[in-house]
Amino acid sequence: MSEPRQNHSQTHSENRGDRVFRLVLYVFAGIAFALVLGILVFLWNLGWPAIHQLGLRNLFSMEWNPPLHAFGILPFIFGTVVSSFWALVIATPISVSAAILLSDLAPRKFGQVFGFLVEMLAAIPSVVYGLWGLFVVIPWLRTDVQPFLRNHFGFLPFFQGQIYGVSIMAASIILAIMITPTITAICREVFNAVPQVLREGVLAMGSTRFEMIRIAVLKSSKSGILGGMVLGLARALGETMAVTMVIGNTADLSWSLFAPHQTMASAIASEVAEANGLHLSALGVVGLVLLLISGAVFFVMRSILVKKPKGAKR
Amino acid sequence: MSRQLSTRKIVNVAGLALIVALSLLALSPLVSVLYYVIVHGWRALSFDFFTKLPLPVGETGGGIGHAILGSVILVVMASIISVPIGLGMGVLLSEYRHLRISRLLGSVVDLLASIPSIVIGLFAYAIVVKPFHGFSAHAGAIALSIVMIPIVARTTEEMLKLVSQTVREAGLALGLPRYRMILRIVIRGSLGPILVGVILAVARIAGETAPLLFTAFSSQQWFQGLSQPIASIPVQIYNYAVSPYDDWHEKAWGGALILILMVLGLNLSIRLFLARKNQKRSRS
Repeated sequence: MSEPRQNHSQTHSENRGDRVFRLVLYVFAGIAFALVLGILVFLWNLGWPAIHQLGLRNLFSMEWNPPLHAFGILPFIFGTVVSSFWALVIATPISVSAAILLSDLAPRKFGQVFGFLVEMLAAIPSVVYGLWGLFVVIPWLRTDVQPFLRNHFGFLPFFQGQIYGVSIMAASIILAIMITPTITAICREVFNAVPQVLREGVLAMGSTRFEMIRIAVLKSSKSGILGGMVLGLARALGETMAVTMVIGNTADLSWSLFAPHQTMASAIASEVAEANGLHLSALGVVGLVLLLISGAVFFVMRSILVKKPKGAKR
Repeated sequence: MSRQLSTRKIVNVAGLALIVALSLLALSPLVSVLYYVIVHGWRALSFDFFTKLPLPVGETGGGIGHAILGSVILVVMASIISVPIGLGMGVLLSEYRHLRISRLLGSVVDLLASIPSIVIGLFAYAIVVKPFHGFSAHAGAIALSIVMIPIVARTTEEMLKLVSQTVREAGLALGLPRYRMILRIVIRGSLGPILVGVILAVARIAGETAPLLFTAFSSQQWFQGLSQPIASIPVQIYNYAVSPYDDWHEKAWGGALILILMVLGLNLSIRLFLARKNQKRSRS
């Protein structure tokens, strides 16, 4: 990143055209500020009737049942947190491995192709992942994976209960696939930034290749990997379509990975079109909470990745 | 190291093998998605699929021509709104990067990009659908354009930064005012790359579904006007996928194939274009 090398002394010799041009650009900047502010204000506006009439006590409760006017949004927050958590658990080791392969192991040509293919994972639209999840992943989970897990690891609370196929497990797997390119991209930048001398030094001490990766690369990249995970988390929290199509859209509070759930995003996606009145307003609150959470994650990520690696894509 | 050399060697091989295995695992979904989309989607494709309206449940045949047209209309509208705005932001981010407002704008653009697209859909619902009492193409286009603005802004910034500093200085040295230097030299010289950035942004939003669900909604008719609901390929895929009919599932795969071909095609061609360009630059 080039810091302001140029030192335009425009304050001294700025003519009228320049000033007009600069002010026009300020208008564009104003649009960006206005958009962020507007989104916040209008979501607040949409959610206000629910906040006002139900009170935060009712909103932050466990039961969501629109026909009975029960609008507790906690199950959605639970679903979002749990699905994102498992997505990170699955995606992180895979992404870190892929990034190591790219930064340290793969020959250049192979690395280029591999890197390109990983990026293509990010280009596939969410709704296509949803379609694939619905007709490929879910039948596989229902007939093979979940019965296997229940038979062999059924003593764990995560692998108990009725098997439907549509489940938080399906959502987490698909989320993991979708955030893998994000985490990989960040980790790759971070690993590439580890000085070559460090690697050579460790190798010269007589370490094996794997020990070198562990000692020189991974140990010095901890905060960068964490940053990549937070960026992946940011993406997982707001991901909508693929999740909506495979999670079952039932507000549930079970810890089992086989249970259908509902996330904040999927609740909004599946209910807004038919909602009105207080129901719509409560969904507005869900949107507001999602906005605030993703905003908070954004600022956490900023503070971790202050020295944001160049070319890091979202 | 207290451990035996032989165990260290075994750990080394096992560790490296694990890394390679996990890396290849990362690609398996790509292979599977492409395989299923191509195999299933291929069966759905026909001339009618691109040109006809959907038929009622139970009758086979028909197509999603209306959704293809709708997607084109929505994307064009979203581009008309977001390209000028994003371009302006990109110029401020790149050419005035020494100003405090420019750095602040950078953060705001990133923040805007981090907002989940479903929330942006909800915003468009609140400002367009609710006051005007109905789903409309306008609402869908506005939602899409808000998703698109930060992408255009950031890519424009990146592309403008590629212009070498000496070219700018040469322009200023000739006595051009700064704004003319920016317009005539920096922007005009990067029209190609900027266009590439816009196409990338289009590839990103063409597959967006969440912002359209309850703004543009869906329709079983040809284009009815901008203040009416409008069909789009992604929403059509969603509706068909969650329906209980096999014929519709097949059409969903067909829609997915079109979408994938478009998105991957755009990405691939741009990548090749940029690679060629870089090659030329490094050679000269």
